[in-house]
Amino acid sequence: MLSRREVGGGRSSLGFSLIPSFPQGSNNKVTVHFINRDGDKITAKGAPGDTLLDVVLNEDLDFDGFGACEGTLACSTCHLIFEDEVFKKLGPVTDEEMDMLDLAYGLTDTSRLGCQICLSKSLDGMVARVPESVTDIRQSKDESA
Amino acid sequence: MPPCVLLAGFSCSCQTHFSSKQGTYPRAFGLGLYTRLNKAFFPFADSPGVRFSSCTPKVCIVGSGPAGFYTAQHLLKTHQNVHVDIYERLPVPFGLVRFGVAPDHPEVKNVINTFTQTAKHSRCRFYGNVNVGKDVSVGELKQAYHAVVLSYGAEGNRSMGVPGEGLAGVYSAKDFVGWYNGHPSCRELNPDLNCETAVILGQGNVALDVARVLLSPIDILKKTDITQPALEALVRSQIRRVLIVGRRGPVQVACTIKELREMVNLPGTKSEMVEADFDGVTEALKDLPRPRKRLTELLLKTALDTPGDKEQQRRHQASRTWGFRFFRSPSEVLADADGNKTVGIRLAVTRLEGSGEGARAVLTGEVEDVTCGLVISSIGYKSHPIDPSVPFDTRRAVIPNTMGRVKQATGLYCSGWLKTGPTGVIATTMNNSFDTARSLVEDMESEALDLSSVKTGSEVISALLEERGVKSVSFSDWEKIDSVEMSRGEASGKPREKILTVEEMIQVART
Repeated sequence: MLSRREVGGGRSSLGFSLIPSFPQGSNNKVTVHFINRDGDKITAKGAPGDTLLDVVLNEDLDFDGFGACEGTLACSTCHLIFEDEVFKKLGPVTDEEMDMLDLAYGLTDTSRLGCQICLSKSLDGMVARVPESVTDIRQSKDESA
Repeated sequence: MPPCVLLAGFSCSCQTHFSSKQGTYPRAFGLGLYTRLNKAFFPFADSPGVRFSSCTPKVCIVGSGPAGFYTAQHLLKTHQNVHVDIYERLPVPFGLVRFGVAPDHPEVKNVINTFTQTAKHSRCRFYGNVNVGKDVSVGELKQAYHAVVLSYGAEGNRSMGVPGEGLAGVYSAKDFVGWYNGHPSCRELNPDLNCETAVILGQGNVALDVARVLLSPIDILKKTDITQPALEALVRSQIRRVLIVGRRGPVQVACTIKELREMVNLPGTKSEMVEADFDGVTEALKDLPRPRKRLTELLLKTALDTPGDKEQQRRHQASRTWGFRFFRSPSEVLADADGNKTVGIRLAVTRLEGSGEGARAVLTGEVEDVTCGLVISSIGYKSHPIDPSVPFDTRRAVIPNTMGRVKQATGLYCSGWLKTGPTGVIATTMNNSFDTARSLVEDMESEALDLSSVKTGSEVISALLEERGVKSVSFSDWEKIDSVEMSRGEASGKPREKILTVEEMIQVART
């Protein structure tokens, strides 16, 4: 029996599993490689149209505090960093997303919010890095701040 | 009046009514994620792990705002058998998420779903209506628990220190926000809104929250969880103009861009700025980091751009105005002939020494009087010491600590605004609370914290409270309050109608 992750979470895949050389999961699902705060690579799959936040939640990925506002553009905790090539494919950023990104830790030129990135086939194999949070180390060291 | 750097940003990170690529998110969206989040947050839930010690570590947390709940969440997640008790002075949990976040920012309150999961965790208990420092001392908690985390926040208010501060018509933003958000201690504020101009001192996000609530169309506010008395007062309000005053310039403004954009787009209002305040700002743009640059660009656009037809029409129809007043520092609140009531404020004109974030405002000697009937001071929150046995830095109004470990006090920790001072958005508090929890778990693992003796935890504290006639409120008691509030809200088309007195909260909890 295939586990949920092997078929990419496909709930209706049973009917097609008789054709092992052409698994439905890999056809429709988009693979995402996350790099977590420890630098480990975690590979997950999501359906086209899912957001990266959906993928993190559906696959129970353990990124602490990720998605605190539950995808409502009210925080920046689902901040992710992309490679240049991938970033260019992610589509336009709204002012509102930029406004929240401006409050994110470790903001880069290729940062986006995971709740605003919808998966599509063209993003298959993308890498998304979860930034480290460093702010409070700095705050605690700087007692005079 | 120091610049309110990201002042009380809980409200600043909340944003509402925005649509994203996926369309506007309904409030109910949060509930779907709720159970899924739980699994991610508590992978060890209910596993009887014995990784660290054979004795169950018992930790208590003082204060149930975001700092308390995020600390608890991280402790429960990273330590497999720690037991966490959360003590809260009020019968209701969530601190500034309930009493600070603006009523028109419901999205940010989604964090309550995760807090609720934490409170319902099998190794977590909530004890509301317990005033630590009065009903039970920190010393007693230290006796009963292996570790005590202080996360009771910053409930005080920095004062302006100018003559006339005590006049009728002058309020602290903390009280004003507490009033419209239903904090029991602010219920009788009854601010007088029977004047045309309000002056807000401070330009942080709390200042902008207050400005927005004062100027928002009632049709927007009446669909929020703003209290009924506040809503009725705002219906009668005569305020048509709000000036938001800061000592420094546009490049130093303390609010965040989301809050500014909300003001710019607030229906029925238009901005009113002083062009000269923006001299040299365009030239300074190129050297600014992205967040500050985008914020400044939006300010410039709002203040100086010639509006297009649509915007012109919008401004033409606006019946209320708001504006920043830069380079002004309060020097005196002016009273009427009887010396009781506010009729204006004298502002000292400043100029900047230096540039950028570090620029200092110095007085020029000139003054300007502004006629107004309402003055709201929003220059920062401030923590108070809770117990003489706990170290406290009175100058910075924080507990001296290293990564959340209270200095020279083994077994004592702090998180949230008490640890860092009252700045930052909710994600800041989340990270700083996780850090404190990390320190605590490290200390348990390294045996810097003595876990060898069995601690009685809430057992002994509950007995003490009983003896002293204090009846605590459990999390399921809170859920009764919650459900009564929601059903009262439903009756009037609001998400919630908050109960406004501690007595009634307790009465509902006991039913």
